[in-house]
Amino acid sequence: MDIMIDVKKVADLARLHMQPDEESKYQAQLSAIFKYFEEVALIDTNGIEPLTTPTEIEQVWRADEKVTELTTEDALSNAPAKSGQLFRVPPVV
Amino acid sequence: MDILKSPATDIAAQVKQKKISAKEVMSAFMKQTEKHNGNINAFITVNDKALQEAEKVDAKIAKGEEVGPLAGVPIAVKDMLCTKGLRTTAASKMLYNFVPPYSATVVKRLEAAGAVTIGKANQDEFAMGSSNETSHFGGVKNPWNADYVPGGSSGGSAAAVAARMAPIAIGTDTGGSIRQPSSFCGLVGVKPTYGRVSRYGIVAFASSLDQAGPMTLNVKDAAAALEVISGQCDHDSTTSAQPVPKWSQNLNSDLKGMKIGLPKEYFTDAIRPDVRKVVDNAIQIAKSAGAELVEISLPLTRVGVPVYYLVTTCEASSNLARYDGVRYGYRADFSKSAPEDIADFYSRNRGEGFGLEVKRRIMLGTFALSSGYYDAYYKKACQVRRLLREDFLKAFAKCDAIMGPVFTTPAFKVGEKINNPLQMYMNDIYTVSANLAGIPGMSVPGGYSQEGLPVGIQINAAHFEEQKMLNVAYAIEKALQLKEVPNGIW
Repeated sequence: MDIMIDVKKVADLARLHMQPDEESKYQAQLSAIFKYFEEVALIDTNGIEPLTTPTEIEQVWRADEKVTELTTEDALSNAPAKSGQLFRVPPVV
Repeated sequence: MDILKSPATDIAAQVKQKKISAKEVMSAFMKQTEKHNGNINAFITVNDKALQEAEKVDAKIAKGEEVGPLAGVPIAVKDMLCTKGLRTTAASKMLYNFVPPYSATVVKRLEAAGAVTIGKANQDEFAMGSSNETSHFGGVKNPWNADYVPGGSSGGSAAAVAARMAPIAIGTDTGGSIRQPSSFCGLVGVKPTYGRVSRYGIVAFASSLDQAGPMTLNVKDAAAALEVISGQCDHDSTTSAQPVPKWSQNLNSDLKGMKIGLPKEYFTDAIRPDVRKVVDNAIQIAKSAGAELVEISLPLTRVGVPVYYLVTTCEASSNLARYDGVRYGYRADFSKSAPEDIADFYSRNRGEGFGLEVKRRIMLGTFALSSGYYDAYYKKACQVRRLLREDFLKAFAKCDAIMGPVFTTPAFKVGEKINNPLQMYMNDIYTVSANLAGIPGMSVPGGYSQEGLPVGIQINAAHFEEQKMLNVAYAIEKALQLKEVPNGIW
């Protein structure tokens, strides 16, 4: 099966602005990579539960108490732009 | 004692006995860094407070306070790990000016053990790469030969230790990013069992595979550093409650009673003959040390790579959604053209902030998770992942450790593979399956290629059986006594 990837659509979904020359380069690369991924489809996985984490992990609980990890100043310290105690962004509507 | 040539555990012992101060140690490694970093580019940021922090260790010793097993040891910390007050970039333009308000658990534990961060090591952008050529801050050169890559993604960490700019580095390994550069630079590098080491404060790439681990000059240092950083963490619910053994004190080069599995799928024509020779020699050493060799089969080895790239790109596309240019990180210049809408705002920040390889992987993952493709790609890959893990569990019913190559070749030349991403991905065949299965893996130096470049041996063990893996490495290290160092680093 040959995969046709609509790079423009995928870039839109991923919120990635693309230059036109980038788009055509990715088009060829992504299609070739997905063709290679096709190998996975040949493995029989009938009835196999997907594995999303590799070790058995038990749920860990902590006491339901308030803890302060970061202060407001800390949280704002890397803001590209801020206004008082708020993150500032250009108007988007 | 020549401090630059000393293993970390020896340095710590000397510092504790007040034979040398932590400040003197740091000064020596800083001098070496000033001499070589301009050429090798191992560090993105050098810690300008390192000397003061070393002085604090000395002050504690002077007061008779407990200083921990890595007292005064300079550490190169991969730029994936948050360091409070010290810029952390993940080698991306997206985080070019990010100064974390907190430190990763690994960094905190190293500091509590008396270690001092000397600098933030270069890497592939967001740890996506096998050659350190995707860094926004420029590539890293292999100290053994500057025409060659140091490997990746923890290439700066590897180069820093190989060029003796630090006795220990911390790397991260999602599909081989500690083991492969350790192989290329002649180091011991350990990727622990998934869940051994906290991921809190480490820039997330593929959360169900990422693990941090040490890169060192010898097995004992690696074991000692791993003891420091391992253990359950309140901030990472995937860390294990398993007790952390004293691996460094229990190293044993006598392999009598041990069974070493050799996967028949690993030993093919794909391995370059000179690399094969080094691996075969190490296997014979293990046999001479008392181990019994058994043939095993890991039939899904070949699909490990596509399964790995499906799972990790899906996880990455989700993890990297947080970089939107609102709260931290790169923001495009909107002063001349205002964003059309919020999607345009995000897209321009992300389009300009991420590099080519990162965007490629985000798109691979976005496509594989998109409506109509999820079952065929992501779910299918996760099902094969379970089968792959079961193959390892079956193999470990027959053997205690697995030996094989880390990589098909020694380090390759700068620029040789960077324009063919698929070729670059396919080379990860021997390392990715350990991350998919969650088992520990390491690289130990085994010898040299025909060009005189280091070649590492990979050793794997079952979940939480790091001691067995370290013992095999210890036996190889003891038998080989490799003494060569890169030319021109003194």
